[in-house]
Amino acid sequence: MTIRTARLALTAIAFAALASAAGAQGTGKLKVGLMLPYSGTYTALGVAIENGFKLYVEEHGGKLAGREIEYFKVDDESDPAKATDNVNKLIKRDNVDVIVGTVHSGVAMAMAKAAKESGTVLIVPNAGADAVTGPMCAPNIFRSSFSNWQPAFAMGEVAAKQQGKKKAMTITWKYAAGDESVNGFKEGFEKNGGKVDKQLTLPFPNVEFQALLTEIAAAKPDAVYAFFAGGGAVKFVKDYQAAGLNKTIPLYGPGFLTDGTLDAQGEAAQGMLTTLHYADGLNTTRDNAFRVAYAKAFKLQPDVYAVQGYDAAQMLGVGLAATKGDIGKKAEFTAAIEKAKIDSPRGAFTMSKSHNPVQDIYLRKVEGKENKLVSTAIKGLSDPARGCRM
Amino acid sequence: MDFGTFLVQCLNSVQYGLLLFLVASGLTLIFGIMGVINLAHGSFYMIGAYMAFALAPLFGDQFLLMLVAGVVLAAVFGYLLEWAFFSYLYQRDHLQQVLMTYGLILVFEELRSILVGNDVHGVKVPAWLDGSFALGNVMSYPWYRLFASAACIVLAAGLYWVVNRTRLGMMIRAGASNRDMVRGLGIDVKRLYRIVFAAGVALAALAGMIAAPMSSVYPNMGASVLIICFVLVVIGGIGSITGALLASLLVGFVDTFGKVFFADLAGIGIYLLMAIVLIWKPEGLMGRRP
Repeated sequence: MTIRTARLALTAIAFAALASAAGAQGTGKLKVGLMLPYSGTYTALGVAIENGFKLYVEEHGGKLAGREIEYFKVDDESDPAKATDNVNKLIKRDNVDVIVGTVHSGVAMAMAKAAKESGTVLIVPNAGADAVTGPMCAPNIFRSSFSNWQPAFAMGEVAAKQQGKKKAMTITWKYAAGDESVNGFKEGFEKNGGKVDKQLTLPFPNVEFQALLTEIAAAKPDAVYAFFAGGGAVKFVKDYQAAGLNKTIPLYGPGFLTDGTLDAQGEAAQGMLTTLHYADGLNTTRDNAFRVAYAKAFKLQPDVYAVQGYDAAQMLGVGLAATKGDIGKKAEFTAAIEKAKIDSPRGAFTMSKSHNPVQDIYLRKVEGKENKLVSTAIKGLSDPARGCRM
Repeated sequence: MDFGTFLVQCLNSVQYGLLLFLVASGLTLIFGIMGVINLAHGSFYMIGAYMAFALAPLFGDQFLLMLVAGVVLAAVFGYLLEWAFFSYLYQRDHLQQVLMTYGLILVFEELRSILVGNDVHGVKVPAWLDGSFALGNVMSYPWYRLFASAACIVLAAGLYWVVNRTRLGMMIRAGASNRDMVRGLGIDVKRLYRIVFAAGVALAALAGMIAAPMSSVYPNMGASVLIICFVLVVIGGIGSITGALLASLLVGFVDTFGKVFFADLAGIGIYLLMAIVLIWKPEGLMGRRP
């Protein structure tokens, strides 16, 4: 054998080795990083998202596009200060192919920044900060949930158009999500002929509402739109009823005002109208099947968070199917999700140009311990995604 | 703002201030008299609220009875806590006290998470206090808030009487000024401290129980109240119950009217107040000059 043929053979072997390594990349386990709250106030939400995600993967034999899934979990502690370190654990240490997270908007913003810089695929299964699919938008960042603007805008339209309200007041905590929500309501309300007189705020997470309720009582608007969540939402709805305001001035809000807190709100919440991209009693074949499967797998009733986790897995599956499991083919992966129609339990949705769901927003009414579907407030509502250049 | 609204806002201010006082009075006893920086004080408030959540179904409409039972439980808990942990803290420096009591916050939060989870809970207002009455032509004011204010006034008066008119109060006040002297007079300081600590815990828990039906019961509810309490104790003067009461009412007014007139500044209103008071009287409103 001459040196020349030996060299040729060696090169061939090297190429073959490379090719098989690349092949292994395509068929080996896909590393999915779950960065979710596993401690603190949002624990239940994080668990529901993870459950939803895993349910979809299990329904497909533990694989997406033929690739087995390996999970890496990080507790984000809902702490924006730790967000960059936490997300880098997944990106740099575990070398994950895709990140799924999170609930807290502040944490999600840091994750979006890291994803943008590293090019790792990020699917946001809850955080509604407008900026994630606004100024922060990127080809590799997707959202399976909503933007704060969406349910708020829809509620504004319903209040002005269907309910015929002319004068409204808004009230929220002075922080990003609150501002985005009440401004979305204002936009929808005023576009349809209403007028938002006054926008009340109080510092987060202050829950002493009595002074502001007195202002509402004195001003006597036709309607009040409130954005609060968790303990604050329960206290606000109860205080609103205790002040007797619910008898004369209807209280509206996005679904977060009542979702997951109806047990604690009890009587005070009955009859309240809210808007969200999910509702109890959708009663579609898709949703019913999902609810049964979820209840069976986890001995728990699913909620909007479980749906968002489930759809995050669906979106990943769509992208992988188009690239035959190779997440490295970024352009094809992104194009497939952009074109896809996601068969969600909430109702099918597509992606906007900025990668936020274009989805139906439902009007729901509190009846007992359920947010019962009343009607579809707006069909196929797309986020305006102001500031997104992609 | 018309006159009717103004009056209702004044009522709101007093009601909020009185509730704050109930939490802060316990802190001022513990902080002012025993010199322990107790960061876990907010947790006692949270424990009280969760106690109301647990006890309310057992007692039904016997709300007052429930409060008594809760206070007894909290006092026993406080007594044991002092015996097990805090009694070792008096001679330590403030850094160690802060670390230890911060650790206790984490323990209490984790225990809460294990025992009742992270959900938000509501507590029903007892039937005989349910409903509201019309106040001027502005709004209907809930009976329960009026009851809460009344209960706080009774407790404030009782506390004032104990501290200023009884032998126990005399020992407490003396202990706040000079603990070595009190020890020198042959008073069992150890036991005195244990009683004061138990009372402080009971007061915070009582505030939590009274607040529970008005608000709701949720994780981390202790943290926000804790910061305000320290502000109150500093404004009022360390160790002074009267000072704590004055400061609470002041903060009630500043917070209530600040929210209405200067919404954007509402978050810093009470800290501005604290700064102004401290420039004017560095030892607090009723504090003793060192």
